[in-house]
Amino acid sequence: MADDDEKTSSGVSRREFLKISGIAAAVPLVAPQMVEAAGEKVPVYGPGKAPMSFTINGKRYSAQLEPRVTLLDALRDQFDLTGSKRVCDRAECGACTVLLNNKPVYACTVLAIEAQHQPITTIESLSQGGKLHPIQAAFVQHDAQQCGFCTPGFVMACKSFLDQHPHATEEQIRYHLNGNLCRCGTYKGIREVIAQMSGTKGA
Amino acid sequence: MRAFEYTSPTTRQQAVELLAGSWDQSAVLAGGTDLLSLMKDDVVAPKRVVNIKDIRELHGVRFGPRGMQIGALTSLGELADHPLVRQHYPAFGDAVVEAASQQIRNMATLGGNICQRPRCWYFRSGFGLTPKTPEGKSLVEEGDNRYHAILGNDGAALFVSPSSIVPAMIAYGARIRIAGPKGAREVALEKFFVIPRTESEREHDLRPNEIVTDVFLPPPAAGRYAHYEVRQKESFDWPLVLAAVALQMNGNTVRSAKVVMGYVAPVPWVSEEAAQALVGKTVTEQTAQAAGEAAVSQAKPLSRNRYKVQLARVAVKRAILQAAQGKAEGGAA
Repeated sequence: MADDDEKTSSGVSRREFLKISGIAAAVPLVAPQMVEAAGEKVPVYGPGKAPMSFTINGKRYSAQLEPRVTLLDALRDQFDLTGSKRVCDRAECGACTVLLNNKPVYACTVLAIEAQHQPITTIESLSQGGKLHPIQAAFVQHDAQQCGFCTPGFVMACKSFLDQHPHATEEQIRYHLNGNLCRCGTYKGIREVIAQMSGTKGA
Repeated sequence: MRAFEYTSPTTRQQAVELLAGSWDQSAVLAGGTDLLSLMKDDVVAPKRVVNIKDIRELHGVRFGPRGMQIGALTSLGELADHPLVRQHYPAFGDAVVEAASQQIRNMATLGGNICQRPRCWYFRSGFGLTPKTPEGKSLVEEGDNRYHAILGNDGAALFVSPSSIVPAMIAYGARIRIAGPKGAREVALEKFFVIPRTESEREHDLRPNEIVTDVFLPPPAAGRYAHYEVRQKESFDWPLVLAAVALQMNGNTVRSAKVVMGYVAPVPWVSEEAAQALVGKTVTEQTAQAAGEAAVSQAKPLSRNRYKVQLARVAVKRAILQAAQGKAEGGAA
């Protein structure tokens, strides 16, 4: 799934085309207003679009976004990185889990504007050259998904915990996946993935 | 989410000046795990969001003779992994580890945990802190109040204080520092929470242009501490009731005690009755039970939350017994 091309908002994708032909043209881009606070000029962005740049999976991306856009919506709607899913959109279900500074977070509950200047890692970075990451392969092997919507979040939460705790026990990994929910109830398969990964250091 | 302007100051003074003097004009963004949901649900709609995460001096933990100073922007994840937290303030450490999921702990800050808004479903649906029917009756009393207050519920506010960490911090005697336009002030964490009487009041002693900057935990006194949560789920769930206790011992007898309950009142509830029931006693099953009884002696359950009286009684008893045994654990109901 890795894409070698650098994406910018000028490279028109389907989603971006819809954006451009829709509301985008109506919202003018405004340079940040400089507001004096405690004797210094502090930039204030928005409420219209502001230029933003991101480092996602090691590549640079840039776009014009309003400050209210979440990191998740930026990933999905601006950069076509649709592996991170939008489900509850309230920091509860975990389907949008990405790594920010190598730590798992809910992308639905981080503003894109505050995620600039920090490395972002999404599910799209895991498979290399068409070869699944061992955790992804384990999900397939143990049939640990039904509709599959929660799976990218589970894989990211599982990977980051194993990266930080390579000798984690099965119980520890299970506990740390408590921020991810599967409505289909495929927990039995996910537990089998965890049992397998706890013996193999994950990566 | 409504559009807003966004700024990210680098000093606390800048932050305070960028905040407006009224709540509807501006909002402080720390971890965002509460604010963003409130904005998506249109419960709050600030015109300006002031991100305070770029203020470096508000991050990190320092430990010295004055105890532990925790920058308000220290994430719960950093605290959970901090060896000195677990070593010197184990009941606080337990409360932090038990809070939320790893994804939330990595963003959520200690200051944000203190300042988060109530989880009352009437509040979250836009009916305010003292929700009323068109006829002026309490929506909470008339409606589904299974998670609402059993203590401190004489007035119009019937929500419960939302933090699962604050009661343990109060048991340790925490103070917080607040920065505002007139400089800094310090307040005991226990006094920071107030029960709003009308819709124009808030549940905190915080002005719209103030930010919580630091949390101070006094040097750990030689005491016994415990934190006990009662939840429906083992993990990633709001407690139904929790109790945090601090016991200062004189040999085998209790010299002084602090018993703090969470999720029973619109503020973290410090029970003098329970503390008095313990002073001068040795901790046994019977004295812990008596303290649990004392803790709920003033309880006035609503139509659907009588069960919480029993949960609070037992949570206090178990927290005391665990503190006396020198270990602190949470538990699922």
